Amino acid sequence: MSKNLYQPVNSEIVDIIDESPTIKSFVVVAEEPFKFKTGQFVELTLPGEGEAPFTPSSSPADTEKMEITIMKAGRVTALLHESQKGQKVGIRGPYGRGYPVDDYVGKEIYIVGGGVGLAPIRSLFLTLVDRIQDFKSVVCRFGAKAPDDFIYKNTLFGAWQNIDGVDLKLTVDEANGDWNGNVGVVTKILNRGDVDVRNAVGVVCGPPIMMKFATLKLLEFGFAPKDIYLSMEKNMSCGFGKCGHCMLGKYYVCKDGPVFTYEQIKGYRNIWD
Amino acid sequence: MKMVILPKESLPEFIGHLCPFGELHVPVKVSEKSYAFGRVNDLSDIELNYTRTILPLKKYVFKPVDVMFNFCAATGYETTVEETDAKRVIFGVHPCDIHGLKILDLVFGGKYVDGYYSARRNKAAIVGMDCIPDEFCFCRSTGTDFVDTGFDLFLSDIGASYLVRVGTSLGDDMIRAADSLLREVQEQDRQAYKRRSTQRRESFQTEVQLQELPEIMDLEYDSEVWRRVGDKCLSCGTCSMVCPTCYCYAVFDELDLAGGSGRRQRRWDSCLFKDYALVAGGHNFRPDRDSRIKNRYFHKQRGFVSQHGRPSCVGCGRCKVYCLVGIDIVEVIKELRSEIRV
Repeated sequence: MSKNLYQPVNSEIVDIIDESPTIKSFVVVAEEPFKFKTGQFVELTLPGEGEAPFTPSSSPADTEKMEITIMKAGRVTALLHESQKGQKVGIRGPYGRGYPVDDYVGKEIYIVGGGVGLAPIRSLFLTLVDRIQDFKSVVCRFGAKAPDDFIYKNTLFGAWQNIDGVDLKLTVDEANGDWNGNVGVVTKILNRGDVDVRNAVGVVCGPPIMMKFATLKLLEFGFAPKDIYLSMEKNMSCGFGKCGHCMLGKYYVCKDGPVFTYEQIKGYRNIWD
Repeated sequence: MKMVILPKESLPEFIGHLCPFGELHVPVKVSEKSYAFGRVNDLSDIELNYTRTILPLKKYVFKPVDVMFNFCAATGYETTVEETDAKRVIFGVHPCDIHGLKILDLVFGGKYVDGYYSARRNKAAIVGMDCIPDEFCFCRSTGTDFVDTGFDLFLSDIGASYLVRVGTSLGDDMIRAADSLLREVQEQDRQAYKRRSTQRRESFQTEVQLQELPEIMDLEYDSEVWRRVGDKCLSCGTCSMVCPTCYCYAVFDELDLAGGSGRRQRRWDSCLFKDYALVAGGHNFRPDRDSRIKNRYFHKQRGFVSQHGRPSCVGCGRCKVYCLVGIDIVEVIKELRSEIRV
């Protein structure tokens, strides 16, 4: 058999960063060069345990290593959380369609993110910031349950606040400790005047319930469905439209997504369930 | 298309000439009403008057359980070359099953070619054979009662002989090998073939209208039909296993006892299984039986049409024959079309 699509590339976890009580970032180095476009996903194998899909959170410009931010949510992710530096893993991909960043040139990019949904958004954010002069502005509205649940805290509370062309606001569902910022779900800090919808695209990634209400809010502001980019998640297993698990209407999320415009999927029922 | 005549009495000898082209697999009777494709020691065990085999041909090209590659802590990943990649001649395949393979070709081919599938598919010669539909067959409605591609040879029963159509150069090699048994098509064969065509057409007992069905399914997305069918369905997945075009699979790792090595495998999956759409964190996109069986029908009759321009159902009737609770796809579709009420 020629090239086996399903066989991962030998890789190693070279560093692990604690992001929140339930989320860690894994820095992965592959034995072979591994390129991806922002928003595409990879399949990460823990040999003997299984494989799961993740969207890298690092910039595609960093070709030496890749960061993958993972919430402890199921069997494979729980085992990954127990692993140590030096753990051998496998990666294959990248798969699917990412964010069409070139189409965003000259526009305002309105990014709404929540929870571990900031992982793909970080990759997009770093990609945009690399060429920030190409865009009118990057407006970010991120939410988390509590202050400690924010991932990428160092940059989120620090460097990212001070980038020319970036307007970043944060909110938490429940404040505690010395949090003196916004309180409330992320849709509470979305305002009609944040961007000019006539020359803006929206990007939404987060828990399904948040994605639903953020999308409805963007529509209410006047965003066209074709200008709202959603990173949909299902249990993408093979990565290229064979195994059947991630069907969404006529699409396979793995092959036709994971980034869809709302225009593409608005006709299907229960897309958020 | 090249066509020749094979007298029926020469069939055993003809099959003997096929053997050099690969391991012969034929329909055999496995119980009173059940048939399967398999090997025979004696050519007289071939059951040419079979209706349908329990499993379609996908078992040859997309195995129920398949090793994808091995892994080892010391040496990494390794794809093994399978010994079972041997050539096969599958004899006596009905048109619906040939169409089933053609649909699997669409799925496993394309931009990302599934190597496990294509390796076996490329080594399987197909010798088709026509059939008379029983009460479960509705391949005429699905447009799969006839094939003009997808076979190396195709035999149509025209009474005392078979009309043999040659579909590929491999098929041409086959008839050259059996040249002495064959003769040219004559006037009485032409007439007999046309009579056979009429006889087949007039034998269909089941018909279902698939035109406009995708739109009707969209319109009937919230139909009560799904709840009623979901109430009956056991979510056992039998319909998926016996379906010629159900291709979903699940992937799992198996470790050797020592723990340092193992293999990744895939096995047939069904969208009717409760954990099919379950994701990490416990969210299930289709937790209820009615949402799962609706998804199966939508994929076959709606989603596949959008993707590939035709439904993926080939009208073989297996899902109805083998359903433990008697869910009948034809009745479900008629009910959606408000042509009957079950």
